[in-house]
Amino acid sequence: MRDWRYHVGENRDTLLAFAVFLIMFGIYTGNHPAGFTANVVTTAANKGVILALVAMAQTAVVLTAGIDLSVGMIFLLANCLASWIVVGSPGMTALGLLGVLLVGLLCGAINGLVVIFGRLQPIVTTIATGAVYFGLALFLRPVPGGDVNSELADSLTGQLPGGIPASLVVLFLIILTIWLPFRRSEIGRAVYAVGSSEAAAYMSGVPVRKAKFVAYCLSGLFAAMGGLFLTFFTYSGEASAANGGAYTLYSIAAVVLGGISLFGGKGSVIGAVFGALMFRTIGDLLFVFDLEPLWQPLFQGVVLLLAVSLGSLRLFQIRNRLDLFG
Amino acid sequence: MSIFAKSLIRHIDPAVAIAFGCIAALLLFGSFYSTSFISPAFLLQQLKVASFLGIIATGAMIVILLGQIDLSIPWLVAVGGMMSTAIVGWRSPMGEVLAIPFGVLCGVAFGLVNGFAVAYLRIPSMIITLAVNAVAQGLMVVHTGGFSPQDASSFAMRFLATGNSLLGIPNALLVWAAVGGGATFLLSRTVFGRAVYGIGNSERAVYLSGVRSQRIVMLAFALSGGLSAFGGVLLAGYASKAAQGMGDAYLLPAIAAVVLGGTSILGGRGTYLGTIAGVILITLLQSILSVMQIEEAGRQIIYGVVIILMLLLYGRERRVQ
Amino acid sequence: MAFFQMEGVSKRYGGVSALQNASLSVEMGRIHAILGENGAGKSTLIKVMSGVVTPDEGRMIMEGREVQFASPAAANRAGIACIFQELSLLPDLSVADNISISNPPKHFGLIDRKAQRRIAEEALARAGGPDIHPLTLVKDLPLSRRQIVEIAKALARKPRILILDEATSALAAADVEKVYTVLKRLRSERLALLYISHRMQEIAELADDCTVFRNGRNIATYRAGTKSDNEVVELMIGREYSHVFPPKPDVGRQETPILLEASGLSWTSRIKDISFRVRAGEVVGLGGLDGQGQRELLLALFGVLRGLSGEIRIEGKPVSVASPHRAKASDLGMALIPEDRKTEGLMLPMSVRDNLSFAALGRLSHFGVIDRDVENTAVADMIRLLAIRADGTDIPVGSLSGGNQQKVLIAKWLMITPRIILLNDPTRGIDVGTKQEFYKLLRQLADAGRAIIFYSTDYAELIGCCDRVLVLYGGAIKRELVGKEITERALVSSALNIGRQAEEAGEKSVAAR
Repeated sequence: MRDWRYHVGENRDTLLAFAVFLIMFGIYTGNHPAGFTANVVTTAANKGVILALVAMAQTAVVLTAGIDLSVGMIFLLANCLASWIVVGSPGMTALGLLGVLLVGLLCGAINGLVVIFGRLQPIVTTIATGAVYFGLALFLRPVPGGDVNSELADSLTGQLPGGIPASLVVLFLIILTIWLPFRRSEIGRAVYAVGSSEAAAYMSGVPVRKAKFVAYCLSGLFAAMGGLFLTFFTYSGEASAANGGAYTLYSIAAVVLGGISLFGGKGSVIGAVFGALMFRTIGDLLFVFDLEPLWQPLFQGVVLLLAVSLGSLRLFQIRNRLDLFG
Repeated sequence: MSIFAKSLIRHIDPAVAIAFGCIAALLLFGSFYSTSFISPAFLLQQLKVASFLGIIATGAMIVILLGQIDLSIPWLVAVGGMMSTAIVGWRSPMGEVLAIPFGVLCGVAFGLVNGFAVAYLRIPSMIITLAVNAVAQGLMVVHTGGFSPQDASSFAMRFLATGNSLLGIPNALLVWAAVGGGATFLLSRTVFGRAVYGIGNSERAVYLSGVRSQRIVMLAFALSGGLSAFGGVLLAGYASKAAQGMGDAYLLPAIAAVVLGGTSILGGRGTYLGTIAGVILITLLQSILSVMQIEEAGRQIIYGVVIILMLLLYGRERRVQ
Repeated sequence: MAFFQMEGVSKRYGGVSALQNASLSVEMGRIHAILGENGAGKSTLIKVMSGVVTPDEGRMIMEGREVQFASPAAANRAGIACIFQELSLLPDLSVADNISISNPPKHFGLIDRKAQRRIAEEALARAGGPDIHPLTLVKDLPLSRRQIVEIAKALARKPRILILDEATSALAAADVEKVYTVLKRLRSERLALLYISHRMQEIAELADDCTVFRNGRNIATYRAGTKSDNEVVELMIGREYSHVFPPKPDVGRQETPILLEASGLSWTSRIKDISFRVRAGEVVGLGGLDGQGQRELLLALFGVLRGLSGEIRIEGKPVSVASPHRAKASDLGMALIPEDRKTEGLMLPMSVRDNLSFAALGRLSHFGVIDRDVENTAVADMIRLLAIRADGTDIPVGSLSGGNQQKVLIAKWLMITPRIILLNDPTRGIDVGTKQEFYKLLRQLADAGRAIIFYSTDYAELIGCCDRVLVLYGGAIKRELVGKEITERALVSSALNIGRQAEEAGEKSVAAR
């Protein structure tokens, strides 16, 4: 049986993202003054998981060959909403969690409906809906503030026995219970099919609209989860346009680093997770090498620039120049 | 109906007509709210404000016509503003003279990076322009130390951005008119313009027609970078200095204006007249919302909803069978 | 009562009616060929049958019950599967995923990959591709293998009516034989097969019944073999059908100068040491099975391929062609009519004028500014010269018929007054009338001193149009046929690289009779 070759081939980019992340994280912890300790890993994990969730949100839509420029804003809206309703008794908190996730789902659903039935381009649609979601977030939190159930927050951002970061376990559970079944389901495959070739998918009787709708809903859901984690991390809500824009940008960077094709149909949410962790580590690397924080944006930018340029190495293999023009 | 009118109707893109219709509707709506809304002074003021967006949207449009997108607008605007003001004090009066061209050229340089990466390295524009935006931001943060720069803009910058010329027409509007006239000529009468539309439809076909498509793509991005930076130069003149994040508020409106003006986000289709309509439409919408004294949260929501509604009205893709 | 019947079906797009009161009846266990020119309504007919479009009027009856299909999925459920001309495979998914894309086997609500793989293996074996690994991604397969997957995918749905729309147009000859075998076996399994093709010999080989469509109506239905090719063609075009090909000039006329000379051209494994010469006034055909390096050879001459070795001489001078831009420069004067006019040749949403003048803009402009008067005159000249039927020059070229689009594509290159014209299967998917005009034009251009290299997948065209034919096999020229040597038998045997013995044996047996 030579099936493993095909399985490795299919997941090559995800594996590559994983390997690069491991190397970078090794350099990071190797040079960290405190070394490879549970606390270092937990802090890195918490920051990484927030971006990972937003990157997963972006991935769901990118797989359909779309793009969601509103993920950062849904993420902010979830954060601001959580700072109001994820409080109080365990029962209230649970209801609050459910409420935040539902709102995320709803935001995603609206994006999906406008794109599918309005027949608008995802990029302009989500620019506009992003403004709406940001407006709602600002309405909820004109100034930063609020609170969150601190027991829940501490337990989800803390460590499990053995020093394992709780946030990583939660992320793992989310992938295990939502992503993997989705990937193996008919609708999950339909999402890949639509991204690979929408016309061919329609011709083959794939439920194109349903697949897109589900992808956008999933995106909203993941973004809201990211917003919840942000709230657990900061204990407050803040509607900062710069922050929302940055997360949208980083999510696209993470998706690219994670080996997901922006043309759709290829890649995995797991790749996006490693892409996100990688992107976070890039920022942290500066810190351990004692560079001024002032240089961090430039460093991140240059690394991103180099990372996206790496993909063009394949151009050297192109012998027929027509292949350049897709 | 005269033959002329008939041929005019046949030639006008319905999207452009609707955009102008929406402008009229907004003015009407505004005039109910306050009669000063349709006074010549207010309208001129609106056009002056629209000029900055108009110049930036011109670059965005050329890139969108290629079927690409330029998301590096925010920090290329800032680059234009910061670099032009930074050089003003250099070897007086050399700095004063060089301020505007230097600011624009810095934008062109970043645009060339975008264009080279898209045209020759075949990196999707959405990613590379984000990366270049991040690099530009990083450089500006290092340059300014993270604070807003204290350098003042030059006289020429202030004159172009805030001055008025004959009949009280704002200079900024004249600048936009010049840029717009140039863009219209470029797009409709030159080989470059034809190639831009062609690439937006099928770059393979353009390449196989023996047109150097990659060079055109690179030039288009350089143009977009230069125009973004020029917008930044004028904005720095308007505010007398540059600021961190001065371009943040221009990315979404620029793209929205181009698309509302009937240019297809997929490339290959659109007219500059439409972009003019889109720019005025966005500017009016923003100022109505602020005149009505709705707070920021509400403004964002209405802004987003109105853009979606207008797009639904006429920006839809044709149904594919 | 027929197994499937269609009665009085009409379909209009905008003001144009694609089908008018069309009827068709399909029997089980038979292969039914649909013939007609482009735009005769064949495509719409099968789109209606397979649920891609809903008809405006009329009804469909299957096994005595009236049926309606709201979607391709509904038609699938009723037992109608369709293999479209444009492939409907998903490139980023595996072969197995593609084969059971619409109704995968499930296990606890999730896709059962083992069962799916079993289904794929069975279907691939039935479709004549048992060697294709079910886990391969479709994008990693060559075009002809993809077509086999496409057939396997249709078969996995256990259809009772299978529709094939130009199913063999992308196939290499060896695969075509396999497909024939598969189709004949399916017929013996009592499937109803509906077969659309432009290739007469395919229809002769396969069909039991034939229906001819013209202008959206079914004109005639007859048993295969009861009408001659000429009669059929007359039914299709509704006019006298004679002298398709213009006469060739006499062999042995005076030697004209050599315009293009290639020696030792090689590129990756696709082109192997190709050398040839083309004289002014000559039409040189490229023959052979599809995909033997003919396209690559044309692209190589036109400067598209990187890392090409060997030498190209134009009028005896060695030249290096690094890009199409260089190739069309006036000292070389090359033009390439590409294979796919929709993505490589034309910009469909742009106007007829913009498309026509696109390649020649350098000549129609001063310092990058287009001279509109000069442009309009040149465009008008071309429209007249090629008799392009267009309602003005401002309308999108995509709104023209396929034949007229092809004329625009050719005219676009004639605008640069090329000396060497490379044609890559230019008559694919265009109607008989336009083809005839094209053959005449080809000869006119040659007579005016141009050198023409003409690749065609249709042997009849090579026989009818070319002064010489270079037959390629595996990226190398296997044989050169000149003048009267260009016969179907010679083309086929050299294309299959089975040597001259077989051919000569064939000729002897003919002579002995």
